[in-house]
Order: sequence, then structure tokens, then C-alpha cells
Amino acid sequence: MTVNINSAALAAGPAKAISISDVNLYYGALHVLKDINLEIQPGEFFAFLGPSGCGKTTLLRLIAGFNNARQGKVVIGGQDVLDMPPWKRDIGMVFQSYALWPHMTVAANVAFGLEERRLPRAEVERRVKAALELVGLKHLADRRPSQLSGGQQQRVALARTIAIEPKVLLLDEPLSNLDAKMRVDVRRELRELQQRLQLTTIFVTHDQEEANTVCDRIAVFNEGSIQQVGTPMGLYEKPANLFVANFLGTANILGGKIAGSGANRSFEVVGGGSIPIPSGTDVPAGAKLVFRPQYATIGSLEPGAVALEGIIAHREFLGATVRYGVRIGASTVLIDAPFHSGDALLEPGAATTLGLKPSSAQWLAH
Amino acid sequence: MALVASVPIRPAAARPGQILAVSVIALFLAIFLVIPAGTVIYTAFTEKGTGALTIVNFIDFFNTDLFRRSFFNSVYVSGMSVVWASAIALPLAVLTTRFDFRGSLIIQTLGFVPLIMPPFVGAVAMQLLFGRNGTVNLLLNDWFGIRVPFMEGLNGVIFVQSLHYFPFILINLSTSLRNIDRSMEEAAQNLGSSGFRLFRRIVFPLAMPGYLAGASLVFVKVFDDLATPLLLNVKDMLAPQAYLRVTSVGLTDPMGYVISVILIAVSIFAMWLSAVAMRGKDYSTVQRGGGGLSRRKLSRGESVIAYGVVALILLLVLSPHIGLLLLSFATVWSFSPLPDAYTVAHYGRVFGESSLYIKNTLIYASLAGLIDVVIGGAIAYLVLRTKVVGRRWLDWAATAALAIPGVVLGIGYLRTFYGITLPDGTPLATLWVTVVLALAIRRLPYALRACYAALQQVSESLEEAAENLGATKQRTIRRIVLPLMTGGLLAGFVTSFSTAAVELSATLMLIQSNSDAPIAYGLYVFMQSPAGRGPGAALGVIAVIMVALCTLLSHYVIERRQKALGTAK
Ligand SMILES: Nc1ncnc2c1ncn2[C@@H]1O[C@H](COP(=O)(O)OP(=O)(O)O)[C@@H](O)[C@H]1O
Ligand SMILES: [Mg+2]
Repeated sequence: MTVNINSAALAAGPAKAISISDVNLYYGALHVLKDINLEIQPGEFFAFLGPSGCGKTTLLRLIAGFNNARQGKVVIGGQDVLDMPPWKRDIGMVFQSYALWPHMTVAANVAFGLEERRLPRAEVERRVKAALELVGLKHLADRRPSQLSGGQQQRVALARTIAIEPKVLLLDEPLSNLDAKMRVDVRRELRELQQRLQLTTIFVTHDQEEANTVCDRIAVFNEGSIQQVGTPMGLYEKPANLFVANFLGTANILGGKIAGSGANRSFEVVGGGSIPIPSGTDVPAGAKLVFRPQYATIGSLEPGAVALEGIIAHREFLGATVRYGVRIGASTVLIDAPFHSGDALLEPGAATTLGLKPSSAQWLAH
Repeated sequence: MALVASVPIRPAAARPGQILAVSVIALFLAIFLVIPAGTVIYTAFTEKGTGALTIVNFIDFFNTDLFRRSFFNSVYVSGMSVVWASAIALPLAVLTTRFDFRGSLIIQTLGFVPLIMPPFVGAVAMQLLFGRNGTVNLLLNDWFGIRVPFMEGLNGVIFVQSLHYFPFILINLSTSLRNIDRSMEEAAQNLGSSGFRLFRRIVFPLAMPGYLAGASLVFVKVFDDLATPLLLNVKDMLAPQAYLRVTSVGLTDPMGYVISVILIAVSIFAMWLSAVAMRGKDYSTVQRGGGGLSRRKLSRGESVIAYGVVALILLLVLSPHIGLLLLSFATVWSFSPLPDAYTVAHYGRVFGESSLYIKNTLIYASLAGLIDVVIGGAIAYLVLRTKVVGRRWLDWAATAALAIPGVVLGIGYLRTFYGITLPDGTPLATLWVTVVLALAIRRLPYALRACYAALQQVSESLEEAAENLGATKQRTIRRIVLPLMTGGLLAGFVTSFSTAAVELSATLMLIQSNSDAPIAYGLYVFMQSPAGRGPGAALGVIAVIMVALCTLLSHYVIERRQKALGTAK
């Protein structure tokens, strides 16, 4: 689809902030949302990221009004919405299944919310046209949802939601029913649309790449609680804990213990090697050494790097890089080495030396 | 290890056994369904006496005042029965599927009501409760000085039929409602819709296919029913007219056949209409992992109203049963809200004189059920597992029995088999075996569905494993397929048995002597005279208990088998 940039027919009011405080939710004895606190800025494209079953959908539905949290507060645009029923909230939600009504045409689906608001007929028609134009489906207005492809259905669901000019837009895994190529296109279009409507948007996904590519900020969820909130780069560079480090990108994790004190502290890696801890670095008790595969070199040492001895366990040729698995003691770390034409590759079983700069390493306790 | 001898793969040519099976079943369906039904249709289009093809009989039909009125009455009664049945079923379906409602189980159990008691059995009891001088009107008259003509003329038929057949709408509509994904409803709420508007614009349209399926079934059942209007003394409807023409004017009178053709045509038309309306509307939208419609908790006030409505409907629905029970123990019951005194004499009389009816019923219904399961199972196997020529035709022909009302089949048998006599001179049509065959044909479509379902649960790989280990086709069927299908076949047998046990319309035409009669016929005979009502009611209670027990027993057996086979799925 091509987003029609000139279609200014759908206005959005001033973007609204969302503020969630101390929200807890139980399904029976199951504690599904634990002490959720979150501030989302007006006009922000915000992601809920986490493995499936961690409570993302539950929180999204709570914002839309489909669960009753007895504890906590949800404020949208300065208004506490928790006691409002879903149909009074003016929050647009695109369901994971799209939830298009099979007994209505595309146009009737899009018109539904406007009719429920008792808008004059001419206004309904104008907005349906504008919304369908916006998602590039004007020519399919008279079709039934079952006659559309997955991508087209997704756009109808989106058009149906933005036609009511909602205060905020909630997207529950909007790309999960599309094929891989389509996903890349649609996520870019979603971003463009969001930018133009300046709509505060929450995007739920379990795919870190989706979240990284389109969102301003991300909240990482695990087991019902928020692990960390930050920009994609911030989360990658400075993960707050081992879960975030692992969930966003690949992380090497080595156990060990702290030796020395003051400015002479170092981390004795289990299986050999010692990394000096840069002064001023906070290393909690029981912390582990964490670094990304591309931050270590293999075979040679850069200035300032310390050496770790290991044995090549396996290797994968990836084209631009070669990914080596290197055994250090009982653990195996992954190292990405850039590949240049004519390089000889290291063979499994060979002893080798890893170079790691202490400044690109991190120590995380849990 | 020895090498497995490789068997050359032959194209799936039909085996002699399969061809034999197809031929035998085809012959059976031809003689006992196609030819009788064809004879009826053919006779309707031939001139009496000369045998020339003509449509003059139909012109006569529509020129006769009585027939025109009967036609419109039948359409009116069926239509109004659908309306009232919907009025009862709709609140119950919504309550059980959309709300946390504790009475749900009771309401679901109501689905079995039409199975265990035919409507005509309750009709007499209904007259005593709701008739002009029945319980309700006597009380209304005492208290308010009014009478409501519940049971006057066509009203009575509509009342009895809609109370009896509403479960068909309830079951189909509930299933449809349960198959709506909750996101369908939530999307509408998210866009600003709620309450009754949400129901009218989203929920009900999505449940429409189930509603239509139930409604068309009710329409056809009521349109074809013979015994209820006869017992309520309503004669100007189509099915009673067909019966009366054939039994009083005679087998040569063309009008019985014309009415039969109209009954068939309307049945087919109603089914076709609902099929057309439902085309392309498989709205079942439940997502994997997603739930059905969300159930709302009822507030205290709503709870009171809901229980009130359900209690009222339940009382109405069970009133034929209650009435029947009272009647079976009543000494005298007329012009009073309740019987004057109680006795068990009727039961004594029934067991003394009428045990023959019970014995006959057990024999006829079991034989009919057996025939259905054998033929249904064979057709299901031929259709699902072989490529033999003609299998689709068998399926089609067996299913077509749905469109042939019992009266029509009865008339067809009389016409076709009356001329054929046994060596001692008795016409074939008057033999009790004919009744069994008519019952078997009438119930075959339902048994066939059960057999399909049973066979579909047996994975083909289980058969292939047996063949791979050296079992022949026949032995595989015997040792693998049949044991695994037992539960489903039993279910098919029970539906056939329990509905055949209380079916009257074909029986009424075919039974010639009291000693051959099953319970349904006996009931009908008893119920026609005021003195026979007591014993009739006792017989009805026995029939209901018998059918209910068989149904319960089979549920128990099927469930146990299912549990035992649970791991084999
Ligand atoms: N209606 C429900 N009743 C009981 N448990 C539920 C219900 N809905 C979700 N859950 C549970 O809540 C947890 C979070 O679910 P969900 O929010 O759907 O996860 P996500 O969207 O992150 O995959 C899961 O463990 C799920 O099993
Ligand atoms: Mg989810």
C-alpha cells in the first residue's frame, strides 16, 4: 500500500499522554500484571515487548477497558478512565485477529464506529472514504472481509479504528498474521501513518526487531512486570538485567567472582582469565560478566583489551561475519569476527585468545 | 530379518465386496424409499381412471375451498410456531451464552425434550391445563373473569408445537452464539457500541446461520406433523387432510397424493431457502486460543428477572409432562383445576392389557435402529474410505429421506405394496415388517450423520497400520474400524431407536390390527376417547420413561468407551 500523504481529511486532536500507575491484575490466583507504572508521552510510538504470555495483551485490554483492574490508575489525557466502559473511552484498538465483522462490507465495517456516534450521514461517508483512502483500499469498499488478503484485512481493521479519530491507538501484534516480506512493508507504513496523525500509539509485539525498527521507546515485559523502559539503542547498550540483555540481541554471559578492592578490582572468570573492572562501575554482588558477540576480537588484541584463553567449539559462516563458538571453562561464548576476502578461518578444536575491552563489558546480577 | 515382500500398488479398483454392498443398499433404498416416493409423485400427476399424465389434480386442489384453507392453515401454523419457538428460545440462548448463569445446565438439558416425547402425547394434557375449561382458564376466570383461547383451533396446534420444538432453535442458536469470537464483540465496544444495539448490529447477525438452521427445521417438522392436529381435532391442515383422504375416501383418490407432493415440495423449499440464506455465511469466528463471547455477571436485580423468566419458560415447557403425569394418576379430571382424586389403576390396566404395545415398540424400534446403523455405517464407509461407483448416490438418496414426511411414506407404501400379496393373500403393506422398514427409512438420515462422525474419528493411518501388518480389508474393518466406531454407532442406534419408538405418522397409516400396534399407535387410540385418557396418559408416561432411560444408558456407555479410548486418539 501507499499511504496517501495528502489525505488530511482525518484530523486528530492534540495528542494525549497515557499514565499508568500501580496497576495490578489477577486472573483468579494468577498474578498477571505486577505493579505496572508507565508514562507514555503525547504522540509517542511506544512498544510493549516481551515473550508470549507475559501480560502485554492483558495490559493493552486494560487500557481499552476490557479488564477491570481493582488496583491502580490509568489516566489518558488527564482523565482517569478506569471506571469508564470501553464504549465511552474513545480509544482505538486493532485486534490481533483484526475482528472484522464478516456480515458487513469493508465500508460498513469502517462506518460502524461513526454510526454508533450518531454522526450525520454525509460526515460518515466522508470519513469512511478518507480512512479507506488513507490505507489505500478505496477500491475495495464493497467487498466482504473474507474476500481480502491478510494484509488488506489488516488495513481495513486499521481504517476502521482511525476513522473514529481516537485519542490513542492500540495495536496488538498487528503484524503477526502477515508473511515476512509484508511485515517489513506494513511496519514502515504504520510508522508513517502514526507520524502524520501524531497519534499516541502502543504497539504490542514479541519480536524485538519490530519494536526496534518502528518505536520511539520500548517497555520490556517479563512474567507480568516491566523490566526496563528505554529507547531501542539504550536498551541494547545498557540493559538493566540479564533478561533484557538476552531478549534484545545476543549476549554472552560468564560467571565469576570479584577480586581485589578499590581501584584494583577485577573479575575472575570461571574457567580462566581476569577482567579489570573500570573504576566507578557498579558491580552488584553475584553479578555476571555480559558482552555482545561483536565487542570481542578473536586471535588478536586491540590496545586496552585483556585476553581470555579458549578453544574453538564450532563456527558458522554468515557472509559479512564469522560467528565462532568459543569454550571458556564450562561455558561457550559467541564471537562475531568480520570476514574479509582471503581470510583463513579458525578450525574447531584450535586454541585461541579472545580480546575484550573492559569498557564494553557490563556486570549484571539478574 | 526377512525382507518385506513388496506388494504392487494397484489403482484403488472397487473390490467385489464393495460392489455387492453398494448394490444391496441401492436395492433397499430403491424399493423402500425411491419407488414409494416416486409412486406418490407419479400418481399425483396422473388422471384417475385413465392414468394419463396431467396437472388437473393440482388445479382441482387449488380450486377446492377446503384444500386452499388447509394449505394456508399449515403455512400459518408452521410460521407462527417458528415465531413463538423463537420467542422462547432467544432469551434462553442469550442468557446461557452471554451471562454467568447457573441455570445453564437445566436449559441445555431441555434440548432433549423433543427427543423423548412426541408433541401429540402432551397435546391432550395441554388441553386439560390450557383448554377452555382447563386449569389455567378456570383460575383466570375465577380471579379476573377472563379466558384466554390458548387451545382454540389453530392456536392449540401452534401452542403445542412451539413448546415442543423450540429446542431445535435453542441448540442451533446457542452453538452459533458460542462460536462467535469475543474480539468481534469487543471491537464493536471499542468503537463505541453497547447494549441492545451491539446485540442487534453485531451479535445476532453473526448468530443468524444457526438461527436459520433451527427455524427451518421447526417449520418443516410442524408442517409435516400429522398426529398433533389430529388429536387436537384440527382437520383443515394439509397432513391431516392427506391422511383422511387416503383412509376415508380410499387409495385411488388423487388428492392424498397431491397433498403429499405439496408436503414434499414445501419441505424441500424450506430447506433450500435456509441453505441459500446461509450460503457463504460460515461466521464461526472463534480464534485458536481465544475465548467465545465474554460472559457478564448478572446484577442482583437482573438475576431475579432472569430466574423468573427461566422458571416461567420451564414451567410452560414441562407443562405437557406435568399434565400427562397428573392425568395418568387421575380418577376424574374435568372442569376442575386439578384432578378430583388419584389412583394407580390406569397403570395396572396398561400393564395388563397393553404390554403388547410395549413389546411391539421395543421390537420395531430396535430393528429399525439396527437397520439404520448397518446401512448408515456401510454408506459412511463406502463414501469416506472407498472410490466405488455410486457411493455418492447412496448418500444422496439416504439423505433425501429427510424431505419425505411420514404420512407421505405411509401413503407410498400402501400404494406400492398393497397390490403385492403373500401366498396366503395378505397384502405386503399390512405386514408389521413394513412399519419397521418405514421407521428405518425415516430415521436413516440422522443415523447416517452419526456414522459419518464416528468414522471420521478413526484415523485412516490406524487402518493402514493393520493392512501393513498383513490384515485384509475385511479383517481390518472387523478388528480395527468397527471396535473404534462402536461409540458412534451406538449413538446412531439410540437416536434412531428413541425417535422411532415414539413416531406416529407413518405408523398410523400402516398399522391394520391392534395386535401389531406400537405404543405411539396405542396412545393415539386411547387418547381419542375421554375414557381412554387415563390409561393413555399412563402409557405415555411409560413411553417417556423408556426412551429417557435408553438415552441415558447410551450416554453413559458412550462416555465410558470414549474415556477408555481416550489415549488412542
Ligand atoms: N481470560 C483469562 N483467564 C485466565 N488467564 C488468562 C486470561 N487471559 C490471559 N490469561 C493469562 O494471563 C497471562 C498473560 O496473557 P496475555 O496478556 O495474553 O499475554 P501476551 O499477550 O503477553 O502473550 C497468560 O499466562 C495467560 O494464560
Ligand atoms: Mg498477546
